[in-house]
Amino acid sequence: MEQILNYEFILRHAWLIPAMPLLSFLLLGLFIRPLSAKLSGIVATAAVSASAVLSCVLAWGYFHSAAGSPVTLVPWSVEWLRYQAHLSASIGVLVDPISVLLMVVVTIVSFLVHLYSIGYMYGDKGYGRYFTFLNLFTFSMLGLVVAPNILQMYVCWELVGVSSFLLIGFYYEKPSAVAACKKAFIVTRFADLGFFIGVLILGFYGYKIFNEAGAAVTGQPFDFAFLTSPAFLEKFSPLESGIPGVALITLAMVLVYMGAAGKSAMFPLHIWLPDAMEGPTPVSALIHAATMVVAGVYLVARMFPVFAAAEHALTVVACVGAFTSLFAAIIGCTQDDIKRVLAFSTLSQLGYMMFSLGVATVKDSAGYTASMFHLFTHAFFKALLFLGAGSVIHAVHNNDIWKMGGLAKKMPVTHLTFLIATVSIAGIYPFAGFFSKDEILSAALNGGHPVIFGTGLLVAGLTAFYMWRIYFVTFWGKARSDGAGHAHEAPVVMLIPLVVLATLSVISGFVPFAEYVHLGPPPEHEGVNMAVAIPGTIAGVLGIAIAWFMYSSGATRAASFVKAMGSIYGHIKNKFYFDEIYLFVTKRLVFRLVAAPIAWFDRHVVDGGVNLTGWCTRTSGALLRFLQTGQVQTYGVWFVAGSMFVVLILWAMFI
Amino acid sequence: MFAWLIMPAVLFSIGVYGMLTRRNAVGILISAELAINAAAMNFVIFNRFITPVKVDGQIMSLFIIATAAAEVLIGIAIFVMLFKFRKTTDVTRMNQMKN
Repeated sequence: MEQILNYEFILRHAWLIPAMPLLSFLLLGLFIRPLSAKLSGIVATAAVSASAVLSCVLAWGYFHSAAGSPVTLVPWSVEWLRYQAHLSASIGVLVDPISVLLMVVVTIVSFLVHLYSIGYMYGDKGYGRYFTFLNLFTFSMLGLVVAPNILQMYVCWELVGVSSFLLIGFYYEKPSAVAACKKAFIVTRFADLGFFIGVLILGFYGYKIFNEAGAAVTGQPFDFAFLTSPAFLEKFSPLESGIPGVALITLAMVLVYMGAAGKSAMFPLHIWLPDAMEGPTPVSALIHAATMVVAGVYLVARMFPVFAAAEHALTVVACVGAFTSLFAAIIGCTQDDIKRVLAFSTLSQLGYMMFSLGVATVKDSAGYTASMFHLFTHAFFKALLFLGAGSVIHAVHNNDIWKMGGLAKKMPVTHLTFLIATVSIAGIYPFAGFFSKDEILSAALNGGHPVIFGTGLLVAGLTAFYMWRIYFVTFWGKARSDGAGHAHEAPVVMLIPLVVLATLSVISGFVPFAEYVHLGPPPEHEGVNMAVAIPGTIAGVLGIAIAWFMYSSGATRAASFVKAMGSIYGHIKNKFYFDEIYLFVTKRLVFRLVAAPIAWFDRHVVDGGVNLTGWCTRTSGALLRFLQTGQVQTYGVWFVAGSMFVVLILWAMFI
Repeated sequence: MFAWLIMPAVLFSIGVYGMLTRRNAVGILISAELAINAAAMNFVIFNRFITPVKVDGQIMSLFIIATAAAEVLIGIAIFVMLFKFRKTTDVTRMNQMKN
């Protein structure tokens, strides 16, 4: 066992970390799922727990051996598809501060979600199928995170999209779930179009520059190590695109960002995330809170030097991120479904991570570290919030917060852990959310972006408000429905992940993150920046206070406030009608004007051509049928006619 | 001589046409008889213009008449047996194929 847990061993065999969920997926899908449901859960959880243990040992060993200047290693790589000597696609494992960080986050949260699901999905008839898909997702996400080149990342990007599709549409008999999973897949696929075009641009010019550089570079043109190296960036940045005033690198990076924006649900591609809550709650916790949606943030972080070399790409990232966080926070204040509120909260926090990357520069990379730190802490408290919501929904059998109430005494563990997560997300010292939010806001302020800093502060206040709104309405007061009246605590197997995540939400803020994850030289750590901490804490406390004022004793004060707001409240509650706008554009415009003519063409012209050959054959056969009458007289006619014809020919030839 | 051969040719064609289009079995035999008689007529014409001294052609036509009679007799015998099974003399209804 000591030999297996040795850091060197794990480093050489780092491919085991994504391979074990893959193996488990294949075993479950092919053999175990048809046989025994209970065994599926156990095998799936065991595989992911093994990956989690290996990741933690790897992280411990990696960060302690790096000692301040972490190196990028590719301990395992296999060439998979070879076009030429200098153009091949390979699959491999990249070990790097952010990939090790995400390996730890993904495997730990996935393991806890697996454990929780053993209790949550008990008795469901799709139990085995659920764990198969969860393992597929874990493998895909790990494959994405450890990708050493952009092609493997793209393949795994699509794989996580597929897994998300399968899991959102898990309850496939519900039409709303089917509509939601289609929407998620189509929106992210559309965004991936932009991503792929960006990859092609980078690959094309990368290949040219790679060949010109000759012996100075190693590896392949699609490797991240090459794409982020100065050798490539120097030659690539001055290139012009066809559009005046836009450099080619900016165009390529904005297209790549389109893919990241789709996966991380930035405005205007955010529409799929609230609907994705149709999936089972542990799925929402894993995919749409902690892991898949951070794939976009991870992509931007991975390609950060290229983004930084492009002139306005980071500005686009920052603006979209800041706008999304504000937009989602405003909508989140009005929703009644507990999972929708958490979905909008995720959108808002992802906006935080994005704009934090957007305000960073190569010289002052505090935003980069802050974004990764927030990703780390957010994964824990957001997963905890979702799992706690799942526990509540499991007890009350309803998602609506106004049908809950008074659950604090009936579900003590759930209540306490949910409270810890809510305090953490509101950014109260000394919980983890305070530290990560503080770092993001100070990166924005020190980077000279006061508007973004102000937006971030406002969003912090709104976050505290809507989170405490659902906390008060769900757990305090009197039970508002029968379900809430008969609620009881969740089984132990569901409570253990809650407790673990609550502990992590508290202590993960104290990890000396900046030493481990940074770009360039390690930043000097000044401690807590009071100019940012005090306004941030005030915003959080103000949000909590307003929520307490409005919601703690029933909702009468809130109701009168809503009435005073008038019709604006309705607009916000309908998510500013964006879903309706998208439906209008797709149904009325795209379907009618573009898709219907193409479908008509396909059905009548293309299929018509094929049908025509069949029709010709059949008709000629029907006509020839009349030759075979079975009557000798008919044959006699043809005989006489034929013989006269021959005589005529002979006569014409010999006259 | 060729002008004289037109009439047997016309008769023969009428006979062949009748054999191919008549529905009644006896009608076919009548047409066959007509065609055979046209051929006999041909023999007589050749006899008159090619060998006017001998009577080979006329003898041949007598043979043809006898042979035609025998052949029609056999034809009638076959059609009588068919009529027993098929209950009709319509040759288009003789086959057992569909349609």
